[in-house]
Amino acid sequence: MKVGLFATCINSIYFTRTVTATRTVLEKLGVEIIETEQVCCGQMHINSGYPDLAKPLVDRVEKNFKDCDFIVAPSASCIGSLREHEDRPELVAKCFDLSEFLVDILKVTDVGATFNHRVTLHTTCHSLRVAKLGDKPQQLLRAVRGLELIELPESDSCCGFGGTFSVKNSDVSGAMLADKMRNISSTKAEYVVSADNSCLMHIGGGLQREKSSIEVLHLAEILANTNG
Amino acid sequence: MTSSRDDILKRIDQAKLGMKATSPSRSYETTSPLSHEELLDLLEDRIVDYKATFTRSNNVPATIAQLLSQYSLTTIVVPEGLPSDWVTGTIDHKLSSAELDGFDVVITSSEVAIAVTGTIILNHSRTDQGRRAISLVPDTHICVVSAKNVVGTVVEAVRRLNPLDHQTWISGPSATSDIELERVEGVHGPRNLHVVLDLS
Amino acid sequence: MAKGYSGVSLPFPTLAKTALEDTQLRTNLARATTTIRNKRAKVVAEVGDWEALRQAGHDIKMESLSNLSTHLTQFEKEFTSAGGHVHWARNSQEACEIVARIAKENQVTSVVKVKSLTTDEINLNEYLGARGIEAKETDLAELIVQLADEHPSHILVPAIHKNRDQIRDLFVEKIAEAREGLSNNPRDLAMTARVHLRNRFLSARMAVSGANFAIAESGTLCVVESEGNGRMCLTLPEILVSVVGIEKILPKWTDLEVFLQLLPRSSTGERMNPYTSFWTGAGDGPSQRHVILLDNGRIQTLADENGREALACIRCSACMNVCPVYERTGGHSYNSVYPGPIGAIITPQLLGPGLAKTLPFASTLCGACYDVCPVKINIPKILVHLRANENRANASISEKLAMRAAAYALRPDGLKILARLIRATSPLLTSSAFTKLSKSLPVAKKWMAFRDIPRTRLNKKP
Repeated sequence: MKVGLFATCINSIYFTRTVTATRTVLEKLGVEIIETEQVCCGQMHINSGYPDLAKPLVDRVEKNFKDCDFIVAPSASCIGSLREHEDRPELVAKCFDLSEFLVDILKVTDVGATFNHRVTLHTTCHSLRVAKLGDKPQQLLRAVRGLELIELPESDSCCGFGGTFSVKNSDVSGAMLADKMRNISSTKAEYVVSADNSCLMHIGGGLQREKSSIEVLHLAEILANTNG
Repeated sequence: MTSSRDDILKRIDQAKLGMKATSPSRSYETTSPLSHEELLDLLEDRIVDYKATFTRSNNVPATIAQLLSQYSLTTIVVPEGLPSDWVTGTIDHKLSSAELDGFDVVITSSEVAIAVTGTIILNHSRTDQGRRAISLVPDTHICVVSAKNVVGTVVEAVRRLNPLDHQTWISGPSATSDIELERVEGVHGPRNLHVVLDLS
Repeated sequence: MAKGYSGVSLPFPTLAKTALEDTQLRTNLARATTTIRNKRAKVVAEVGDWEALRQAGHDIKMESLSNLSTHLTQFEKEFTSAGGHVHWARNSQEACEIVARIAKENQVTSVVKVKSLTTDEINLNEYLGARGIEAKETDLAELIVQLADEHPSHILVPAIHKNRDQIRDLFVEKIAEAREGLSNNPRDLAMTARVHLRNRFLSARMAVSGANFAIAESGTLCVVESEGNGRMCLTLPEILVSVVGIEKILPKWTDLEVFLQLLPRSSTGERMNPYTSFWTGAGDGPSQRHVILLDNGRIQTLADENGREALACIRCSACMNVCPVYERTGGHSYNSVYPGPIGAIITPQLLGPGLAKTLPFASTLCGACYDVCPVKINIPKILVHLRANENRANASISEKLAMRAAAYALRPDGLKILARLIRATSPLLTSSAFTKLSKSLPVAKKWMAFRDIPRTRLNKKP
């Protein structure tokens, strides 16, 4: 099984701990990761209406990962975006979000993690409707020792990030974020987790501005955690 | 100078050039798994839910008489083909809207009823159901539904109907939720609907 | 279409900002959309073959569009041979002219109207009013909005932005039948409207309606409604004119077995709406029946291979009731008869290039709309397609350059450089100095208005 790790641009540049954590989780389960050069999936350009600029990026993904049977990414949105290229069926067949890879391919839900904290899961629109992860993130979180998973009210409601929407329509984005943060705060969780750092950048930025004690964390980082 | 019609048709054909016509998938259900008895119960359930009354009857004339008395309905208009033994009323011979407005109640038969949705369908080509105006203007409508004409699903009903017949599908009294989403029943059209299920 | 609204097409973000500040609108709208979408979810859950119905609905609409001219001419033939008159209008102007001409020819100075988005689209009421013909709305919410001289804020519940006191005051001011001491109770208000309109119904000589569906094989029209004002207008007057968008055509009568299941459950969240009327060019009721088949941008929408699916819309408004953007900004921000998700894809296409250009961007692409669309219109995909069209035509040089630069930076070498750069500067990014500075930088200030750059373990103190 030749597995490539697709870090995603946002994780390569900023949320590097998510990449390290993903690597840790996979290697702990005996997966040998083929080293590949990292590249962006082009989602931002596609969704912002610049598909021509995205094409060379997607070509590069195909090229860099051509020797892999699986492309695993800690990002439901990037995987979801890659799987929409109906004209690239071989690429589509290889792409898996981390939670899908763990549950459907490696057939594990318990990755031996510990996290003694109250956690709520933001399900993300891409997880729900594009990548269609179902409840795989929840299955993985429930198997983490010491973790108390609290359901997030209105979890299927968009957080308001939407890529460039967060800037082009920042007022509406802010209104949606306010409601999302209100729901998160109501759970009294210590951490809000999701399969997408893009949403967490927006939610985390908002929580920090409000001086909330709630922190954001990617699912991979919880799954890699073994020391409490 | 081309007419609007010709221009429209020409531009449509240009616009859809190359568009492939595929035969629609139709894998939806057509019938209900419920027995006929269960369908009658379901119909009753739905009609009562809509706050119309529902009376099962083996003697339609008697039931109609009872409803007229119970609800103090005296001036009655009927379509000309309504069975004469059901009730005595003024036969509609192209009465004006103003004249129709003077009647307490209209009594008609019906074409088919759909149990799942609680819908009663009037076929205005039939003389026992009459033209559209008579079942619209009076404030009370007594509608006789034959048990034999109750089907389960919308699909079954559509397939029994002829599109060239004018129809009115009725699923309860009129309603609006336009003011603060609070539902108000009986806006225009008959505010009172009494369904008689003819079991004979 | 936009003309009847503000006359000036303000961009969505600007209108949205104003709407967000209107707390009554937001509260009312949130309540309305939440209530209706929950009702919808409940009745849809009852239908075991819902997905099969959606697929059939989608397929029938697309097949109908692929043979549109055949179906339209067949409809014309059937409706005409039954005694009706079919007219063809390329645009709002032609459609309005036809309605006015029919009124004038029959010495009609006042028409009653059934709620019809298509007639709103062509600004019919204003056109008739300017020519001395009164167009009286008879749908309760449309009546309220007409009396208040405003525009609808929601397709299904157009007066949701008004509360009962405002409506009571409006009726007392404008309706002769409103009695002294009229309460604000919705029942009393509705009964006032009943009395007010009843005389109009019984004496009107001409009515104007739209149609939900038009059946090609039989020349049959169908109107779906709740209040009974439709039945009144379609039955009692001597003259009926129905303005019907060409995309409303369905090939066969039996196609209705699909749509009469999809529409009521998707729109009002009922198993079936109270009244549905079906008629052709002859039969009891109006002695003169007219249909105006309307283009007004539909053909140019049909011509777009990636955008034409928007024409499958059956105007249920389910997409609006689940849209997080619409819920917070309401109908007026879209400056269109068609707001919300469907509005964002159909308005730019009907109006043509360069107009309504901010609408395709008024979305986070969350996909909730696609999930509930009864005819499976892939709204997010079409939004992205329209964004690409818009950028190709109108994107600013600075944005194009920025995107080009970003695409370059997101390649492998670029990512490596950026990663190193961020690692070096990350403590700065979350510092208060940077926050202050970025609030004055063009794009950054939009982010920083209510968010920080979140600290990660990169720049967080252990």
